[in-house]
Amino acid sequence: MKTYTKKQRELKKNLVGWLLVAPSLAFMLCFTVWPIFRSIYLSLTKYRMGMAKPEWIGFENYINLFQSGLFWKVMGNTLYFALITIIPSMVVGLFLATIVNRKSRLTGFVRTAYFYPVIMPMIAIASIWMFIYMAKNGLWDQFLAALGRKPMNVLSSKKTVLPAMAVMYVWKEAGYLMVFFLSGIQSISEEVNEAARIDGAGSWTIFHRITLPLLAPTFLFVSTIALTNSFKLVDHVVIMTEGAPNNASTLLLYYIYQQGFTNFNYGVSSALTTVMLLLLMVVALPRFLSQDKKIHYN
Amino acid sequence: MRKKIALVTAAGLLASVVALSGCGGGSNSSGGTSSAQGAAGGAGAGESKAEGGDAAGSGEALHLTFYYPVNVGGSAAQLIEGLCSDFNAENPDIVVEPVYTGNYDDTVTKLQTAVQGGTPPEVFVSLATQRFTMASTGMAMPLDDLIAADPDGQEYIDDFLPGFMEDSYVDGQIYSIPFQRSTMVMFYNKEAFKEVGLDPEKPPTTWDELVEYGQKLTNENRYGVGLALNSGSAQWAFTGFCLQNSENGENLMAEDGKAVMFDTPGNIEALQFWLDLQNKYEIMAPGIVQWTDLPTQFLAGEVAMIYHTTGNMANISQNAEFDFGTCFLPAGKRQGAPTGGGNFYISNGLSEDRIQAAWKFIRFMTEPERAAQWALDTGYVATRQSCFDTDLIKNYYEELPQAKVAFEQIDVAKPELTTYNAAEIWRILNDNIQSAVVGDATPEEALKAAQEQATEVLAEYQ
Amino acid sequence: MKKKKAIGTMITIFAVLLGLLWLIPLVWLIGTAFSVPSFHMTLFPTTAFTLDNIKYVWNAVPFGTYYINTLILVVCTFVVQFVTSTMAAYALGVLDFKGSALVFAVIFMQIIIPNDVLITPNFMTLSELKMVNTKIGMMLPFYGSALAIFLLRQHFKSIPRALADAARIDGATTWQTIWRVYMPCAKPAYLSFAVISVSYHWNNYLWPLIVTNSPANRTLTVGLAIFAKSKEANMQWANVCAAAFIIIIPLLLAFFVAQKQFMSSFVSAGIKE
Repeated sequence: MKTYTKKQRELKKNLVGWLLVAPSLAFMLCFTVWPIFRSIYLSLTKYRMGMAKPEWIGFENYINLFQSGLFWKVMGNTLYFALITIIPSMVVGLFLATIVNRKSRLTGFVRTAYFYPVIMPMIAIASIWMFIYMAKNGLWDQFLAALGRKPMNVLSSKKTVLPAMAVMYVWKEAGYLMVFFLSGIQSISEEVNEAARIDGAGSWTIFHRITLPLLAPTFLFVSTIALTNSFKLVDHVVIMTEGAPNNASTLLLYYIYQQGFTNFNYGVSSALTTVMLLLLMVVALPRFLSQDKKIHYN
Repeated sequence: MRKKIALVTAAGLLASVVALSGCGGGSNSSGGTSSAQGAAGGAGAGESKAEGGDAAGSGEALHLTFYYPVNVGGSAAQLIEGLCSDFNAENPDIVVEPVYTGNYDDTVTKLQTAVQGGTPPEVFVSLATQRFTMASTGMAMPLDDLIAADPDGQEYIDDFLPGFMEDSYVDGQIYSIPFQRSTMVMFYNKEAFKEVGLDPEKPPTTWDELVEYGQKLTNENRYGVGLALNSGSAQWAFTGFCLQNSENGENLMAEDGKAVMFDTPGNIEALQFWLDLQNKYEIMAPGIVQWTDLPTQFLAGEVAMIYHTTGNMANISQNAEFDFGTCFLPAGKRQGAPTGGGNFYISNGLSEDRIQAAWKFIRFMTEPERAAQWALDTGYVATRQSCFDTDLIKNYYEELPQAKVAFEQIDVAKPELTTYNAAEIWRILNDNIQSAVVGDATPEEALKAAQEQATEVLAEYQ
Repeated sequence: MKKKKAIGTMITIFAVLLGLLWLIPLVWLIGTAFSVPSFHMTLFPTTAFTLDNIKYVWNAVPFGTYYINTLILVVCTFVVQFVTSTMAAYALGVLDFKGSALVFAVIFMQIIIPNDVLITPNFMTLSELKMVNTKIGMMLPFYGSALAIFLLRQHFKSIPRALADAARIDGATTWQTIWRVYMPCAKPAYLSFAVISVSYHWNNYLWPLIVTNSPANRTLTVGLAIFAKSKEANMQWANVCAAAFIIIIPLLLAFFVAQKQFMSSFVSAGIKE
């Protein structure tokens, strides 16, 4: 058997290591790292369909965006939508998890019912919910009519369009968040609960004194996922409203798509992408800062 | 520990990326070259395609890709496929492959991504209103040379209805050939008319009558008037109302596509009239009704008079369980209606044999008999004078007199909003109309804002 | 004690009612897809059972092609991810090679900034590569998967070194070690990732929409969206429900059969560090 010096072995290990990561790394560099730099560069240029090459214009795209009411409206919509989707989804998700965690013959059915929307494509969900929300003939407006109320035509009013989408979103997302809470709850040792019970604590006390605090890391983690999801999934806007009425339902990623692929204004689209990058970094920040506190489960 | 280092590095990288944008020119040199190459790749797309064409030209059949949108019910796609296979059978040296690309908006997006990707279709149908964009971005070619070279070229062009041919020109050159053209007409429910004591043969002819009839027709379960105000539809109907309310039939834009006239007093009144229909007279559903929902509501008897495209004629005549009529759009100060719909274009930068093949295909598709049959099957208005001499159309109008109204109305119809950067300008007008409809702005504020935003977008073409 | 039991029963009843509420859209979807279209929607079907909607949709839209395209997309993406991620995960989890922190940095970047938001620059890259409207173009950005690498690495790390050392003493090469020792032990991780990857790509929409131009490459989601957005059809809902049914049924069935696997997969996809 041939023997290598320590240095040689070290060298070989490094070489093999790099060779093994090379394919993955190449793809990630091309489609994650490079586009990030490219967006930032293009955001500082004027570049639209028909132009031979981008024209350097400094911060003009940003200045125009920051001065336009529409940009702030879109940012407002994006944050508002995030808020009204993730808080209810987390509350409902946690609630569903506590229900499903109970031992009962019906647990299987209940769990399935809550989770199945997660694996349906948003496109299919939005196509169906569009009819549920359809004016007058839709299920929702008919339900209102049965109660003797006026039809709402929820997708056409600026006040109700995002909340209506949020209801659909919570319906789809709550089951997803449920499984994280479920695994969080189940990782809490039964002994802790048992000890509390012996001390005479009721179910509610155990829940809000023990379960909730111990779930804190899960909360942080789940909120990051939910936020990121709400930013990156806009399929429902494409199907249901295309941003109507008067951009009351235009979300940031949809706006990026519209600028890039309807108006073919790559410069502005890239500036918006850069804003999105910043947003995602801010979202990731708390998770990054709390690294030491061991926020994981499993 | 390793993870922590990595995380710090990742954050550092991201932060530096953002910081780079702060020092401006810093990333210019590195990013610049490759992006420029990217653009060159996009621009050179047409040429590489042309080379491919030459190679394929010798020997085997010429392969043409044809993008088409379908904006009417599902069967139109099958009709187009049928027409294409007829063409292929008649021309063994050419194979046209039809590619269904969704509705008009989707088709524009797909065209542009195809051009960027270097595989544009040779022939395509797109909105007539896209022609300025098609010309300025170099996606489509002018057809004048082809027409001049064709023995009966001029005759062929002159045969198209002037109302349709009107929106084929960019700076005096012909860029497109009318194909699936429509206009907006009013469909009304004759039974509802009878029910409230209106003469079913006397539909409203003026705005005043529209309001009067609408008030009679509106009850708990039914609105009198229906208009679709969603994005992409509102601007079409609005063109009609503005024409009707104009002094001399002025349209929303200048003929060269470089200026818009949104905020004229007449147009502000027209928008106010819409709001009055909803809020003052309460004869139209509040908020925004979708274009696709409106015919269904009409067929269900929930709205008595709707503004919709003739392209829906086949659908409504097949599904209506009641007697329905069609009529000219009620006049304001004058009669007026928008035309719309799709035209044929040929991609830029093709080899000569491909251009000829594409032209042959367009001529085939627009032959009088075929254009007449197409109109019959879909409800679009036949595009050529000579179509109306065919027995097909004569019999059709006898059987379905409701279809004739659209043809007669072409005389007073004008093209819908057509400018450079059409998609963006459409969006601006639609958004602002909606802002008035949902109560964010008065009609005047809305149209002033639309004017301002559109002028800014069009500034670079002045 | 009695009171406690009563509360328990009440919660169970409530949970079931809520579950039924959650099921309404699916019930309506299936009911509508298999009944005769009418002007008024009803929650439960009021007409006789019919396959007409499914037949109509299947003939009007080339869903057969879309199925094949989607299957190719899903399978090929997963297979490539399987190979690239196994290699990378082994390197990062087992070999302690120099400079791996840099690789981790890139992985974190992808986790923080998912490909979904980089549509504009990635489309430009794709058009320079002349891969617009190709199946491979749809998959390319997903071939390097931070998520898969992370999941597998976690599992690889938990496998005792002794096993690998034993294999090496027997003369196994790096490949053989991965193949014989690491991959069999990490089966659950592969299964989890398969579920995640397949459901993500089956359901993905925006990127395939942008990349594909023709039916020859379109996926099911893009086909459904085009169909649902086509204008001027009436009583669309019966047909759209039928189309949606065609698209969701494979994953839905898989889920009903193996729901525990699905749920645990989704949990493990939340990055464990």
